[in-house]
Amino acid sequence: MDNPIPMQRRAFLKSTGLLSGVLAAASPWALIAPTRVWAVELRALSSTEGAALMAMTRTIAPHDKLEDAAYALVVQSIDADVARDPASLSVLKEGLRQLGSGFAAAPEPERVRALQAVESSAFFQSIRAKTLGTLYASALAYAYFGYQGEAFSKGGYLFRGFNDLHWLPEVPPADSGPVLEQTSA
Amino acid sequence: MARIAKDDDSAVVIIGSGAGGGTLAHELTRRGIKVVLLEAGKRQSLQSFSQVPGEAFAQLTWLDPRTQSGNWTVAQDYPTLPSWTCKTLGGTTVHWTGATPRMRPWEVKPRTTYGPLPGTSLIDWPLEYQELKAYYQLAERRMVVTRRNGVPGLPASNNFKVMYAGARKIGYKRVHTNYMAINSRPADGRAFCIQQGFCVQGCKTGAKWSTLYTEIPRAEATGNLDLRIESMATRIEHGADGRVTAVLYRDSAGTEQRQKARVVCVACNSVETARLLLLSESAKFPRGLANSSDQVGRNFCHHVGGFVWAFFDKPVYSWRGATLAGIIEDEMINEPRRGFVGGYHLELITLDLPTFPLVGLPYGWGRGFAAIIDDYRNMAGTFVCGEDMPRATNRVTLDPKAKDALGLPVAHIHVDDHPNDVAMRSHAQSQASKMYEAIGARRIVRSRATPATHNMGTARMSADPEHGVTNAYGQSHDIKNLFVSDGSQFCSPGSANPTLTIVALTLRQSEYIAKQMSARSI
Repeated sequence: MDNPIPMQRRAFLKSTGLLSGVLAAASPWALIAPTRVWAVELRALSSTEGAALMAMTRTIAPHDKLEDAAYALVVQSIDADVARDPASLSVLKEGLRQLGSGFAAAPEPERVRALQAVESSAFFQSIRAKTLGTLYASALAYAYFGYQGEAFSKGGYLFRGFNDLHWLPEVPPADSGPVLEQTSA
Repeated sequence: MARIAKDDDSAVVIIGSGAGGGTLAHELTRRGIKVVLLEAGKRQSLQSFSQVPGEAFAQLTWLDPRTQSGNWTVAQDYPTLPSWTCKTLGGTTVHWTGATPRMRPWEVKPRTTYGPLPGTSLIDWPLEYQELKAYYQLAERRMVVTRRNGVPGLPASNNFKVMYAGARKIGYKRVHTNYMAINSRPADGRAFCIQQGFCVQGCKTGAKWSTLYTEIPRAEATGNLDLRIESMATRIEHGADGRVTAVLYRDSAGTEQRQKARVVCVACNSVETARLLLLSESAKFPRGLANSSDQVGRNFCHHVGGFVWAFFDKPVYSWRGATLAGIIEDEMINEPRRGFVGGYHLELITLDLPTFPLVGLPYGWGRGFAAIIDDYRNMAGTFVCGEDMPRATNRVTLDPKAKDALGLPVAHIHVDDHPNDVAMRSHAQSQASKMYEAIGARRIVRSRATPATHNMGTARMSADPEHGVTNAYGQSHDIKNLFVSDGSQFCSPGSANPTLTIVALTLRQSEYIAKQMSARSI
């Protein structure tokens, strides 16, 4: 899931929907992805449903400069979940249907009102939780927010800025502790 | 490793391998006592700890269902997760953050200190602080706690620099990088902290003390330990004389096993300890084991908790560094003029992505919610840890309907905040906000209460057997060869993170059990 970007080989017979787009030239991913075009396949949802769900995730967690691809990955993850669970698939399809056919293209205030109307539903609550749990765990989001994530593989933050804040006074030694040199052992 | 036959009734059976059970297993086996250690979870290692937050959560967390009720906001905000504990060898010492302040002397005499406060079930601890203090010193050596015994403190991180500057600005004096069971230099055969900031995902360097890689392997090395992982205790049996005789458990294949025992020690973390005692009801003990007082499950305490996040114009990168390496001790006092009894401390905190929006923020979505996360790199954080009031009605019971995968009733947790808890949380979050505002925070966000990580009090000690479940050594008032060996024994929560006190009580209890066994009184 953390390597989302390259255009995937499509298996038309298996997938029912497709979300696609183009990465912004300034995206950190554009530098390393083989192509700026991205696409994610959907197994349970149609392209129309996928687009509505993607609009929903962006309305729940709107970060204007965060790539569509980041939201498409949330949709893909939800799609994969419901593909394994017919009961939740029908809850999701019904929830999206109730948002109306114009939801994906509606201006944000309208989308917000539509979601407020269903906020107490299991449909909305599960999509909210899944959006937060997936979107903010993605490599695209980490890059966007400047979050560096796990550090063990890079030797921790000991020499990668754990104490590099200099816009406040340093803590006196008595209330702090020594920074040890890393040993070869 | 020892192999102890299922029908061998000479061993001590310990249920649970965390701060209490894991330490007790080591202390008894090194004295030559045979121990069967039952752990419901699997065995992870420094190598196997996942560093993907969601995966790590699933790898370590007790995810068997629990239900809850009450007016605490956790019931609304986290209906399926009232308490965040572990199901893995080493228990919650795998995901804990290593903070090890001591309780204060007056905190073990809360009934005397606070008086008869309506709506509470306060009792004094049946032991003197001087005695506890001696075991604190032993526990601190054992766990290599910083700022004790000449062990240096951890170095100040960015997040702590912000806390420190703000705290000093509003006049706090006792502010430092906390007492931490995280190595500030190599010690105990373990590495020193490289400031990963992934304390709750399992410490991949082992700098953080955990029974998983300290007490348990040392117990194994004695040759006296029979460790059984993926072994979920379901019932403690007793004989006609009322003494406990065996523990029933399901092994990794789901097959029921019966291990005979000379002594049984329950150390499953307060929620599951109470549940197991209640599940073990019988014709002789219709309210559950050790429960003639009807106190099992009652007086559940969890600490007054809550986050305060402050956002600045400049970056903090709060995720870099040991998560809880910072404390303000000035409010660890009993000063009723603040509007509540008991004390709290403020501790450094941050949360990873995606945990921060999922757990750290009050419920929300849309523009206002997302704007907070946009500011993630400029954020500093503080966690409130204060003494909540024990109440007879805040309790763990068996859910009348919900069952776990084995068909056993799950734990139901009921918590109503006491007005004292509400006043304390409000005061603490206001103080933390003032502290950050004093150094230029342009925005403060307060959380509501979070799932309980500090679970205490459901099988408490008492001088009078009518007021509690065990004596001052965790020995059941009703059943001499049944012990409670975790935070369930606490009479009151105090304001200190509980692990150090659990280890101190365990060191004391292990001496008592060994003496009683050699005197043949158990």
